[in-house]
Amino acid sequence: KRRGSGGSQSGRCGRSWLPFAAAGGMEDFSAKFVSQKISKTRWRPVPAAALQPPELFATGSWDNEENKISVWSVGDFGSLGPNGEYQGEPQLLCDIRHHGDVMDMQFFDQERIVAASSTGSVTIFRHHQNNQTLSVNQRWERAHYHVDPDTPFYGGASCTGVICNNPEIVTVGEDGRINLFRADHREAVRTIENADSSTLHAVTFLRTTEILTVNSIGQLKIWDFRQQRNEPSQIFSLTGDRIPLHCVDRHPNQQHIVATGGQDGMLSIWDVRQGSMPVSLLNAHEAEMWEVHFHPSNPDHLFTCSEDGSLWHWDTSTDVSEKPSFFHQGGRSTTLLSHTANQSVISAWLSNNPTKDRMEITNLVPNQTLSVNSLDVLGPCLVCGTDAEAIYVNRHLFA
Amino acid sequence: MCFAWGPGEMLVYETLFPKEHAEKRPGCPNIFIVRKDQDVYSQTLRKLFNESHGIFIGLQRSEEELAGKSRKAQLVRVSKNYRSVIRACMEEMHQLAISTRDPELHCQHSTQVSILSAMELIWNLCEILFVEVAPAGHLLLHLLDWVRLHVCDVDSMVREVLSCEYPSKHKDFWNAVDIFVLQGRMDDARHLLSKEASANPTSMGMCKILDDLMKKMPILTIGNTQTLTEMELKWQHWHEECQRYLQDGTFASNPHMESICKILLGDENAILEKKELMTTWYHFLVTRLVYSHPTVKPVELRFYAQSSMDLFLGGESSPEPLDSILMAAFEFEIHQVIKECSIALSNWWFVAHLTDLLDHCKLLQSHNLYFGSNMREFLLLEYASGLFSHHSLWQLGVDYFDHCPEYGKVYLELHIERIPLNTEQKALKVLRICEQRQMHEQVRSICKIMAMKAVRNNRLGSALSWSIRAKDAAFATLISDRFLKDYCERGSFSDLDLIDNLGPSMLLSDRLTFLGKYREFHRLYGEKRFSEAAKLLLMLMTARIAPCSFWMTLLIDALPLLEQKEVIFSAEQTYELMRCLEDLTAGKTDNQKFQVDDFEITKVEILRLALARNLARAIVKEGTLEGS
Repeated sequence: KRRGSGGSQSGRCGRSWLPFAAAGGMEDFSAKFVSQKISKTRWRPVPAAALQPPELFATGSWDNEENKISVWSVGDFGSLGPNGEYQGEPQLLCDIRHHGDVMDMQFFDQERIVAASSTGSVTIFRHHQNNQTLSVNQRWERAHYHVDPDTPFYGGASCTGVICNNPEIVTVGEDGRINLFRADHREAVRTIENADSSTLHAVTFLRTTEILTVNSIGQLKIWDFRQQRNEPSQIFSLTGDRIPLHCVDRHPNQQHIVATGGQDGMLSIWDVRQGSMPVSLLNAHEAEMWEVHFHPSNPDHLFTCSEDGSLWHWDTSTDVSEKPSFFHQGGRSTTLLSHTANQSVISAWLSNNPTKDRMEITNLVPNQTLSVNSLDVLGPCLVCGTDAEAIYVNRHLFA
Repeated sequence: MCFAWGPGEMLVYETLFPKEHAEKRPGCPNIFIVRKDQDVYSQTLRKLFNESHGIFIGLQRSEEELAGKSRKAQLVRVSKNYRSVIRACMEEMHQLAISTRDPELHCQHSTQVSILSAMELIWNLCEILFVEVAPAGHLLLHLLDWVRLHVCDVDSMVREVLSCEYPSKHKDFWNAVDIFVLQGRMDDARHLLSKEASANPTSMGMCKILDDLMKKMPILTIGNTQTLTEMELKWQHWHEECQRYLQDGTFASNPHMESICKILLGDENAILEKKELMTTWYHFLVTRLVYSHPTVKPVELRFYAQSSMDLFLGGESSPEPLDSILMAAFEFEIHQVIKECSIALSNWWFVAHLTDLLDHCKLLQSHNLYFGSNMREFLLLEYASGLFSHHSLWQLGVDYFDHCPEYGKVYLELHIERIPLNTEQKALKVLRICEQRQMHEQVRSICKIMAMKAVRNNRLGSALSWSIRAKDAAFATLISDRFLKDYCERGSFSDLDLIDNLGPSMLLSDRLTFLGKYREFHRLYGEKRFSEAAKLLLMLMTARIAPCSFWMTLLIDALPLLEQKEVIFSAEQTYELMRCLEDLTAGKTDNQKFQVDDFEITKVEILRLALARNLARAIVKEGTLEGS
């Protein structure tokens, strides 16, 4: 009995040297290492009438032997620090096995989560809040697949994107297929075979009957489900370079404004009412931009994350000169001028006045080397997940 | 039979012996898979790997910009960061161990806890001796902290003593006081002693004197400016005072207090009597130094360490691996520390990161191995290879290889090719890693794999995208041929969205150029821009862009243009078309001609007729125009 130590060493050598706590701009983030590479993070939507910030989010993992969908809480049971700041880290509420990598994930409603798998299946999970469990609610096993011409074998093709607009669910995949599902319908309501000859990377709703897709040859397409033709109603494309586009989001209030992110890390802003080329191209990340999100209630703010390990906050709301200087301290902060075409609409994203048209850009997670795969913003809260197997939560975005 | 570790740090062997509980099937030998680095698969240790990866990268980037004191402070900070990660991991493992009901799991977790605990203990000592390099005086303060941090059973005992109604009546009361004294925690010891004083009026006077001695004990504090000589002088005075009280029998009536007074005087036997309370020889070493050699110099440590271990173990038990490692550290034998750790610990994480840190402290530069480059690189390569054998942690390994100047790149090249590419997204991530490091060979290979997969899945558009990304002309040609073949069979193009948007990438291969131009011809024709279409069609043949096998199709495509009401091909263009047709038919050997079926002959005849009629019309038209 010579070596009695082990265990029970608590308190003294606490986490006061937490490396990311020291990094600039990270003070408001709480981080948690979760032993799985995170491919998607999504806030559970808050009821329209509610004013409180979101309390739950879901994550999906990838590249593990066994992947998972997990639900986390950032509720108020964490202790408050000396200055009243929130200190608690996210708490795992429940998780469930997911077959294949989680390629995309969306909350369908308050209880249901739709997940897209690398096996080609699309699954709706239900989160039972009374006993904190997850269960499979519905599954479309072969939503996306390849057909081998020589054998009757159907191989699953990765489902790369999913978007919900209750009761409809639209999925896209590596097979170039677009599926329109309706919850509680066993078969797809509509399928556009070979909609795209290259890989479709992401999808979002433009209006209730129209969707936007981006693909691996740099095209942004609008599809109208009212039309029976299996052709896009409009094609936009980057000039000549064919740089793949990986993500797309639509301005929450001005539906004609669309943002996309590309393989070269470039942020493109499009006006889908006119032209076939982007209104502005903004040099951003050094590698693939995996996600772009307009802030849903504060769309002057935009957030992007990338394979290069950075998460950028783009702010067009204020004049730079009026900004308090401490705002610059968080990581790399640059001011860019956008190269805009002639526009009549007054929107910060489309305006072309070079003196006023300044953007404040802050890297929210500096010193991170591995990819930030996903992010989500809702109210004052941001959550992101990385290949370094960590999730970061900030509950005071605009503080 | 012989064994060698295969790729993925895995050993596979065939055996006739079944695993326990496994069903034995006749004639079916068992195959065992042995993994070299089991720790990589621990869920909790994954956090250690991921979190320390960030610290490692930070240390590599911090390179040399600071000098002297601030550089040292920075290295100490990095070392503490590593330790805090080990501690966090240990605490989580501890939670798992106490929360599980499965005895086997509990045992497994507890083992991990003690391994992590030992790691942190060693790291902390190395930090004090090699990174901090504390001078005489301060050295002991650090060692005291080290002992206090790692001997934790005390805290629970003290809590128990303090929580009872009459602490001084508790059976462990004097043990608790002793522990505080042994750890040099004078204030805590005095606090406890005051309980005895208030509970027991008869010993009040004695307590007061002992309390006073403890209070007066000279201590060097960090940031204090007093010199070592001053300190030693004060020490001498205090020592003499203690000696006086012991000799005049002040504490004779209370053996507890008498033994404490002997400890204060550095009496080895008195300290050794408390062996059970110290639990380890290194605690004994530090206690002994506190009360007999408070200003010990780093170089003197080895003598005291060796004799403390001998005294403490007293020949009863032989030193364990942890003892040898700590001893090597006290002897400042860094290489010995690393060697022993490599043997004793079950993973490469510890030695790789510790060695890297010590290398940044410039402590390992003289040492070269007879294989590979240096020890730092050798250990990092081993660690990173272990990560690469894991289905998910391989991404961390990349950055470690990056910081191995000698062999890192070769290792990365060999390992990255073995990453299974199950989705395009994963392929893109691997591709990005290769492109950033100018690993052209691997870039080509990944794109080729993905292009082949796409072809197999009949996704020609995707396949073409991948070969364009790899600038793989041969494969682009192959895919273009597939497109053309599909066109010939079906009479229409698939994947128009792609072919119409080839842009400059069309120039990658001749066949791809042809495909793009041929599609352009169809578009012009569809838009009824006949003369432009005709010119393009002719150019495709005369400039030899079109493959010979495709000429007949092109000539047939010319038919509707020849049959238009208007004359589209000029006389000169018609001559050229005719030459193309004759080249095509004349080029074939008699043997081939023999095999040409009737349909083919009919085609040629129709073409000849159409060409002749067009020529006639063109000559007439051109003649008329010139005439007018």
